[in-house]
Amino acid sequence: MMATNERVVMDAQAIERALTRVAHEVLEHNKGTEGLALVGIRSRGVHLAERLRDKIQAIEGVAVPTGIMDITLYRDDLSRSKQQPVVKGTQIRFAIEDKHVVLVDDVLYTGRSVRAALDALMDFGRPLQVQLVVLIDRGHRELPIRADYVGKNLPTAITESVQVRLKESDGRDEVVIARAEER
Amino acid sequence: MPFTHRHMLGLEGISREELFYLLDTAKSFKEISERNIKKVPTLQGKTVVALFYEASTRTRTSFEIAAKRMSADFVSLSSSTSSVTKGETLLDTARNLAAMRPDAIVIRHFVSGAPHFLAARLECPIINAGDGAHEHPTQAILDLLTIRERKGRLSGLTVAIIGDILHSRVARSNVFALNALGASVRFVGPPTLLAPELRAWGDVTHDLHEGVRDADVIMMLRIQLERQGKNFFPTVDEYSRYFCLTERAVALAKPDVIIMHPGPLNRGVEIASDVADGPYSVIMDQVTNGIAVRMAVLYLLINRSREAELETETHAQTAAEVEAATPRLRRRAG
Repeated sequence: MMATNERVVMDAQAIERALTRVAHEVLEHNKGTEGLALVGIRSRGVHLAERLRDKIQAIEGVAVPTGIMDITLYRDDLSRSKQQPVVKGTQIRFAIEDKHVVLVDDVLYTGRSVRAALDALMDFGRPLQVQLVVLIDRGHRELPIRADYVGKNLPTAITESVQVRLKESDGRDEVVIARAEER
Repeated sequence: MPFTHRHMLGLEGISREELFYLLDTAKSFKEISERNIKKVPTLQGKTVVALFYEASTRTRTSFEIAAKRMSADFVSLSSSTSSVTKGETLLDTARNLAAMRPDAIVIRHFVSGAPHFLAARLECPIINAGDGAHEHPTQAILDLLTIRERKGRLSGLTVAIIGDILHSRVARSNVFALNALGASVRFVGPPTLLAPELRAWGDVTHDLHEGVRDADVIMMLRIQLERQGKNFFPTVDEYSRYFCLTERAVALAKPDVIIMHPGPLNRGVEIASDVADGPYSVIMDQVTNGIAVRMAVLYLLINRSREAELETETHAQTAAEVEAATPRLRRRAG
């Protein structure tokens, strides 16, 4: 897994600054926390959503409702995947009706995960609006999907892979780009 | 370790890791049944055929709801309303169904090993929904899920299995799984309803009170009245005098004991009504969990990864291997 030719494109400080900026942008765009909710896409989007919630709370003093979404059951590539993905479940313990729901994911690539997340979200109700936060937008979209808030735009080749590592799951904060050996 | 088997035939020989994987997957499916819209698109365009040679309401409904909540199409056949009554053999019926290209066949049959027989001959994934007195794997998995939810663990627990163990496929599947997970098992029943080889799997007692003493889990089995032609006990009254689970017996178990029953209940025969409906009973949890377990099994078998497919092709789980795993005892239950 550990490729030798990987290059760090964001360190812990850069991730921290990007998330702080995104938190402010979300608040500015939505004019505060009224009707706002965050939903992190498993697995790293969940940690990013929690960090955004904490930052928003530090700025506005309000803890916005935050949920977890597992999109495995909505993916369009289940029978094509090499390994059977583990289903860990969705936890959205608030009504999304009439909310401004902000989806949070680590990397925006083909757009297929976001498509699945949108379908999954609609099964929970009818949000007033859905917005998208990603830490990295690496391009190469296969669907007409875009992010509303981007931590960093990262031009990549299709042969490269982008990995977001976060303290909560990987022990440290960094974003690396690597020439994929094999996919 | 993921679950990579092509079929779900039984729990004999299953590993601890595979069981935990099944339980974790099932647990994550529970939330879908609590939604307002109880449906995910995962198995859209897939077809599940249920072939039931024995009466069933719970299991078949459970499989049907599970399949439909995953967006699969579900076709159900029972032997009484199909060409089985015209004398068609099991293999012919199954071959014809397989030719209609289903993505899984769920089968309940009164002959032990019937699902294995089909698994060795058909390409399609086979799910055993109960074969004779052999196994009923999804029932045992839902039992384990229910125990783990209530107790937070499975290893180190004392589980008393009470009743008609001789005829019980539920007991057999549970015993394999409980042993794999490090729970200790006690079998309780009259000598005529216990098999001698049980001692290899747990303690055996003929005294209900001794059996339930300090138990964490009491697992009741249904007295299979339809299989009592051979006089395994003198009368139903006498059986219930000795083995009916009453409040008095429950009081001997651990204070936080849970009481399970796979259904259907014979109230007043193996379990007293006030116990079945009482605070220790988790019988309805079992039914709810059954849906999640069957969703998980359908998901794992129908959406097998390409890696697992390749593996099966290369060092194949060949027909001969499946045959070898087929229970030698082809006893017709009852």
